[in-house]
Amino acid sequence: MTMKDVGTNSAIKLSFDPATETKNALEFKNVDIFYGDFRAVKELSMTFEKQKVTAIIGPSGCGKSTALRAINRMNELLPGARMTGEVLFHGINIYDPAVDASEVRRWIGMVFQKPNPFSKTIYENVAWGARINGYKGDMEELVENSLKAVYLWDEVKDKLKQSALALSGGQQQRLCIARAVSVKPEILLMDEPTSALDPISTSRIEDLLEELKQRYTIIIVTHNMQQAGRVSDYTGFFLTGDLVEYAPTKELFFNPKDKRTENYISGRFG
Amino acid sequence: MNERETAPKLISLSQKTRTGETAIYAFLFFCATVSILTTLGIVLTLGKEAVNFFKTVSPFTFLTGTKWQPAIDQFGILPLLNSTLMTSLIAMAVALPLGLSVAVYLSEYAPDRVREILKPVLEVLAGVPTVVYGYFALTAVTPFLRSVFGSDTVEIYNTASAGLVMGVLILPLIASMCEDALGSVPGSLREAAYAMGATKLEVATQIVVPAAFSGIAAAFIMGLSRAVGETMIVSLAAGAGSALTFNPFKAAETMTGHIVRISGGDLSYDSMDYNSLFAIGLLLFLITLGLNVLSRRIIKKYREVYE
Amino acid sequence: MSAIRDANLAPVPEFDTRIKERHARGKRRLALFLAATLFSVLSLGTLIASIVNDAFGYVLLENTVEPETLAPGGNFAALDKVELVEILRANVSRRFLMKLDSDAPLADRPKDDLIDLVRTEVVDPVVKKTWNLSDSLLHGKGIVAWAAQNSPKGHVEFRSWLNADFVRRSQASVAIDAGVRGAAFGSFLTILITILFAFPIGIGAAIYLEEYAGDTRLNRIIQTNIYNLAGVPSIIYGMLGLAIFVRGMEPITSGALFGAVADPSTANGRTIFSAGLTLALLILPVIIINAQEALRAVPASLRYSSYAVGATRWQTIWHHVLPASMDRILTGTVLAVSRAVGETAPLVVVGAPAFLTQDPTGIFSKFTTLPIQIYQWTARPQAEFRNAAAAAILVLLALLMTLNASAILLRNHYRKNKRLG
Repeated sequence: MTMKDVGTNSAIKLSFDPATETKNALEFKNVDIFYGDFRAVKELSMTFEKQKVTAIIGPSGCGKSTALRAINRMNELLPGARMTGEVLFHGINIYDPAVDASEVRRWIGMVFQKPNPFSKTIYENVAWGARINGYKGDMEELVENSLKAVYLWDEVKDKLKQSALALSGGQQQRLCIARAVSVKPEILLMDEPTSALDPISTSRIEDLLEELKQRYTIIIVTHNMQQAGRVSDYTGFFLTGDLVEYAPTKELFFNPKDKRTENYISGRFG
Repeated sequence: MNERETAPKLISLSQKTRTGETAIYAFLFFCATVSILTTLGIVLTLGKEAVNFFKTVSPFTFLTGTKWQPAIDQFGILPLLNSTLMTSLIAMAVALPLGLSVAVYLSEYAPDRVREILKPVLEVLAGVPTVVYGYFALTAVTPFLRSVFGSDTVEIYNTASAGLVMGVLILPLIASMCEDALGSVPGSLREAAYAMGATKLEVATQIVVPAAFSGIAAAFIMGLSRAVGETMIVSLAAGAGSALTFNPFKAAETMTGHIVRISGGDLSYDSMDYNSLFAIGLLLFLITLGLNVLSRRIIKKYREVYE
Repeated sequence: MSAIRDANLAPVPEFDTRIKERHARGKRRLALFLAATLFSVLSLGTLIASIVNDAFGYVLLENTVEPETLAPGGNFAALDKVELVEILRANVSRRFLMKLDSDAPLADRPKDDLIDLVRTEVVDPVVKKTWNLSDSLLHGKGIVAWAAQNSPKGHVEFRSWLNADFVRRSQASVAIDAGVRGAAFGSFLTILITILFAFPIGIGAAIYLEEYAGDTRLNRIIQTNIYNLAGVPSIIYGMLGLAIFVRGMEPITSGALFGAVADPSTANGRTIFSAGLTLALLILPVIIINAQEALRAVPASLRYSSYAVGATRWQTIWHHVLPASMDRILTGTVLAVSRAVGETAPLVVVGAPAFLTQDPTGIFSKFTTLPIQIYQWTARPQAEFRNAAAAAILVLLALLMTLNASAILLRNHYRKNKRLG
């Protein structure tokens, strides 16, 4: 991806130069994030491997959601939020002034903690994002495929024109995931996606992640350690804005190197 | 040593009502019932005199007649009703798009400092007495229209002038109701939309405004009801003779304008003129009541969706 | 088999995002929103400018009798009272002179009064033409020249239609002599009645609904009813007032029951009392709704701590809940009252006379109010009455501004002193 291609009118021109590609989908380089005077994330340097699930765990208020939202420039929507450092996507710093935040958000999608479908029909919820991003293909096909990808198609195919708000919590969250993948991102960010759901819906979505990672790089923030253990390949442990430890999941949970990690995992605080 | 022979007195724990409290309660209850009495008064007053009127003129003639000339016993409400609707629709054509735009700006774009100036300005606009608006319509807007469209096209009294100024009067009401509706749309919806790569305009117009649709509809209906009941602006600017016309540049008296003109003159009680006023008033009351009830029902339903 | 692998989600996206275009469209639309906002602000400015424009300007006057013929140099102040009375006697009809004398003996009147009389009745300037402020400022010389040509007898002077005389004088048939004294007085007395009835009843109803009423069917009906009443057009209240207060309760509202009317057969219910009551009914729903919200905002813990020390419900309300909510209640009431001050239609229906020169002497007098005065003057065909109306509007707006400013001051004062959030 060369600089002059980024931020032009047509995304089709973007191409990835194999010579500069690494196995990392995303990289934090010495990132500090401030809310006013408060430093929420301190000197974060971290890489995320492509097509793997990386979990970020830690107690409340440790900065994990803040770090996640820095990846798709959602922190900019909050007044008083500042950042130093670089977030590299295919080698390009997404915070470079030449890069448009709206473009970044199509490449990097997000699913939120509480399901938040639009007050539109089920069909429109999935189609809208693709439409404003100028989707050139067959919309009906895209909607069907997106819903199939989250195993929602059979449940809703007869009621596509009904309001999305009539679905159950678990169904709504899967709809939000379908919506996120409809614009064909590379990375999926998930901010505690199952914390508002019942256990059955939770496990359905966790099973889904196993499949989704074949196409997407997934970065999931969760305060549920068991979930991190179940779904992720890598896990990073955050504590008051610092990345304390970052390792393949099995290693972090069975052989933590830092005392603080061990204390958190064994439930001594949290 | 003296021993008490009598059993200890039992203390009653039941509530002691002092007579003062009961009297106060009665007074307060009476205050609350004054509102019921008012409604009853309105219904009975309008009803009774209107019934007197309908003894002479059938409701059918009243509602479908196209001439209102009491002097020759013509009591068809259509000219007055038509003029009321024309001025109201012109007013809404001004107030709704502008009011909604102001609301979108206030809710989605405006920085706090701008809001702090704008909201008081809107409050002042809403607080200007309608007779002042009527003066403005007659002395400033009509001459302006005449200079733009020619004094042959635009009469000195016309419904366009009154409608336009009514629009300015109602604009703050629409703006504030729409802003409330837009503000109640949860922030999570906006977040989700931004996360899909939408621009601010797309988030505001394609996600937030549709989500607030019923609140906006309620605002429209409430504004319409206000316009229908408005008196001074149309009385001063729309004209003093009833006329059934769709030309907004001609004079045409509205229902409210007629009531105010007739009751401002010499009026003998129990004349046909007097009774006809109450028939018009009854129709006016029913229309505005219907619109208000509809508006509040929509708001109630809308509130249920998000809570 | 994995649905993902089968799904047609190719890694190369076929999106034509056209970001620049979308941002440009966003900017254009924002410009539209800003234009709408600007329009609102400008309408207010235009409205006020238009009124100010009409309230000041040149007038072309022709005196019926030139002051110079009555006193050397037209200087009335130099004459003494006897001479002034003589001028009046010589120039005014006997009938009129007797009427003036019976109103108040000429010899006893203050000198300024007599000078005023001479000016209005003898010199009697007649308005031939008026110009508004913008014309007067921009084309001043042209106007003076035009006047000199077309009206050699007349003189042009710059007139502020809003002046001390305007406030001092009462209604008159000639615009230049007219004033708002009677109307202002009438507004004042009417609003007094309105507040006297609307405030206690409104607060009482709100207290009942918030503090005493259970969730019964009757109370729900009362609540819905109040919301409906708030949306009823003001002219309907006028008709209600006409039927109930003016006609139905005539003995009370005309004052006959209280012996305030000399001849019961001429008793007329179209009095300040009726007007005040009508307006009270009009603003009652608004006062109730506002007071209810104020009471609702008082935290329940305040009531509980009062009950916990054994206070009765009314004691709790009177000593704790009401003081805590009084700032909001007062602010809302002042705003409702300022709305009532500006109301015209219901009072016209209740029966303001078309032409009233006497000041109201009490609540059983015939009445006119500021807005009604404005309405009547605006509706007159003579152009000069527009100017008078504009001046009256300025008086009304000043009055409303004072009321609203005091409401805001009240709110800020109470908010500072409030210990509860």
